[in-house]
Amino acid sequence: MKRNLTHLQQLEAESIHIIREVVAEFSNPVMLYSIGKDSAVMLHLARKAFYPAPPPFPLLHVDTTWKFREMIQFRDRMAAECGFDLIVHVNEEGVRQGISPFTHGSALYTDIMKTEGLKQALDKYRFDAAFGGARRDEEKSRAKERIFSFRSANHRWDPKNQRPELWNLYNTRIKPGESIRVFPLSNWTELDVWQYIHLENIPIVPLYYAAVRPVVERDGMLIMVDDDRLDIRPDETVQYKSVRFRTLGCYPLTGAVESTADTLPKIIQEMLLTRTSERQGRLIDHDQAGSMEKKKQEGYF
Amino acid sequence: MAHQSELIEKDILAYLKSQEEKSLLRFITCGSVDDGKSTLIGRLLWDSKMIFEDQLAALEADSKKVGTQGGAIDYALLLDGLQAEREQGITIDVAYRFFSTDRRKFIVADTPGHEQYTRNMVTGASTAQVAVILVDARKGLLTQTRRHSYLVSLVGIRHVVLAVNKMDLIDFDEGRFASIVRDYEEFAAPLGFASITAIPISALNGDNIIEPSSSTPWHKGPTLMNYLETVQVAEERADEPFRLPVQWVNRPHLDFRGFCGTIAAGTVRQGDEVRVAASGRTSRVARIVTMGGDLSEAVAGQAVTLTLTDEIDISRGDMLTATDTPPRLSRHPEAHLVWLHDTPLVPGQVYLVKTATAVTPGRVTRVQYAVDVNTLEQRQVPTLGLNGIGVVRLELDRAVAFDPYRQTRETGSFILIDRYSNATVAAGMVITAAPLESPDAQPVEAGTDEGAYLSRQFILSESSVSGTDMGVADLTREWGPIEFEVSPSFLDHLGKGNRVLFRLRDVGQLEPVARMAYEHNLVFEFGRDRDRVNVILYKSGPEPLPQDFEEGGL
Repeated sequence: MKRNLTHLQQLEAESIHIIREVVAEFSNPVMLYSIGKDSAVMLHLARKAFYPAPPPFPLLHVDTTWKFREMIQFRDRMAAECGFDLIVHVNEEGVRQGISPFTHGSALYTDIMKTEGLKQALDKYRFDAAFGGARRDEEKSRAKERIFSFRSANHRWDPKNQRPELWNLYNTRIKPGESIRVFPLSNWTELDVWQYIHLENIPIVPLYYAAVRPVVERDGMLIMVDDDRLDIRPDETVQYKSVRFRTLGCYPLTGAVESTADTLPKIIQEMLLTRTSERQGRLIDHDQAGSMEKKKQEGYF
Repeated sequence: MAHQSELIEKDILAYLKSQEEKSLLRFITCGSVDDGKSTLIGRLLWDSKMIFEDQLAALEADSKKVGTQGGAIDYALLLDGLQAEREQGITIDVAYRFFSTDRRKFIVADTPGHEQYTRNMVTGASTAQVAVILVDARKGLLTQTRRHSYLVSLVGIRHVVLAVNKMDLIDFDEGRFASIVRDYEEFAAPLGFASITAIPISALNGDNIIEPSSSTPWHKGPTLMNYLETVQVAEERADEPFRLPVQWVNRPHLDFRGFCGTIAAGTVRQGDEVRVAASGRTSRVARIVTMGGDLSEAVAGQAVTLTLTDEIDISRGDMLTATDTPPRLSRHPEAHLVWLHDTPLVPGQVYLVKTATAVTPGRVTRVQYAVDVNTLEQRQVPTLGLNGIGVVRLELDRAVAFDPYRQTRETGSFILIDRYSNATVAAGMVITAAPLESPDAQPVEAGTDEGAYLSRQFILSESSVSGTDMGVADLTREWGPIEFEVSPSFLDHLGKGNRVLFRLRDVGQLEPVARMAYEHNLVFEFGRDRDRVNVILYKSGPEPLPQDFEEGGL
């Protein structure tokens, strides 16, 4: 009889434990759904945690209105298939002001459409706990984030005043207005996520697979022309290349990589042989030194 | 990231298959400020090829700008995550790092070698199976080494690596290494580690980290990575008595009632008889339900959903256990307590006690003694301050199922939460339940002591209120005006950290209690209990700790 759990089985069990603990201890939890591969794994774990019941919380997508179209289609399909209530929130104030990644720069745009949008949604629905798919291996400042990460009534994170987290005993106590961000995938790495998707056959957005797509080269990144809002500059030409995305966000800010990996094993193969870390494809991390830490203190996930 | 790159290139499916059976090891590294701990972890990440080119470019730039290696690569910079820390050149909290080889995935808890050390180390060690204790070869064993080792043993880690670092600076002197190892084995003998593995290393140069060093031909043991990849961490958890703290009751419809939780210890099979710890009711396991299909058996560490053959009352907070070896059900566990917060412990004050199963109000009735982490000496103290460690007696509002922490971490650990600030203020490890309690002990109302008062004047002495765990003075049958006569023995009793509960008939009786508290510098907590009033009286405030009780020096 095999009794030693594999690393993926252990990670899975830890995540399920975390998800159940939130549902048991909070009155109004929500799962942040970013539609990416980490969200796909988190959603799968949530289903496992409560099977045969559907997960007893809604999904929340903070839509910046600049997501890839395929992401939106995938989102709606998954929510319906898995029996989740889906809440889509858009920062209408930002839309009214015409905030876009082109006119306002990625920093301000992200702050208004993502960070502010998220805070609005959390306040509007009075969620007291929000699951996020962030992993500690993504970025240095995340390495110290707790699994149950406390947020003040203003949604602020105070890295110097975090609650010690021992064993699997999570302190879930909050005062009215305060909330907890919960990261069930804290101890997963990018490779773990891909292996688990492979092993469990978890559906992911097709953008992760290589296909011929229209792109322009901009600031050293390949940006996909997903709709006609992308202003093609005079020195740019739309090229058709076999590309895929290692990470998904807002299409004008997410760089594609040239690739022919059109199956999951090929993606993993490519990932293992490549030597560039995952978040490099995201413009927002490069804005300023320590930029992720700053964004997180202000309430970004 | 290019381990097994040939297999990855040629046959990715075979590679993926080979990775499915990988195990997971969590370990902690302990060292003082200059022992080279960050350098060591940076090195492990580096040598296991977990550093990407963009990170490398950033590392090279940072090394030139703020590095401590004269422009050469400073591996420690890979780890210092938060800006503030980077500026001060210190790490200030627990960080988790990940790397993996072909055989194992590793999670490293990286804790600072500074103030707050005890707190952060205990936090990091609480989930670790192995500890790597770093010693500077030039300095040998330091006070810190002893402290790290004690904390590691306290938290229940049984396998220790003594990594003697900076061997290059003592010319890889075998004799010096051997004498450090001898010293350590002698010192650590009473700590009861299952294994101690000593390895001579240079984190900076990579000696004996991955490959055996040519500078230490005399070293016959494993390299550090060798050891980490192969150490067998006791997985006997599957053979321990079954424990399932019920986390959530899943009731999607009337025909399904599943008890969800993570198996803390043991094995459960379909048809097994299980017992509810608190009520003693038993039933049999009907199904072990998962989304991938029912299981016939599940083991410690798995998150499962059980259904039972009988309709018995079970809710979150209960524990399902083996029938022949139930856990101890106790209101008065004795435990090691590590104080994690700036505000010291207030004996008698109500905290929330969170265990594997439940959150229960409770208080520390007595600090038996504190342990000096540097000398391991026990001393009498009134309370515990930040980073203080002691053995305490708890009193919980209701009985909770525990195992000794040494036996099962998951069902022997708890945290204390401050009810007002919601801060996590302490970590606890149960030594034993109170010896006099029967396993079936239920919370009982503390009896009144008839001799505790006269018709109008209450004489308060130690003997009038001792006898039960918490002294009780019952005024609920008093209708007239009351006053107290306080004896020195009563004040002594309170001075030792004891508390006395006053049951008041109504809020009008509060005034004489308050007056007495005022006159004798006592404090009280006030609470309404239905239409009655409870007041808990104790000695005011914690006394200042002796200077050397706080961790100095580091």
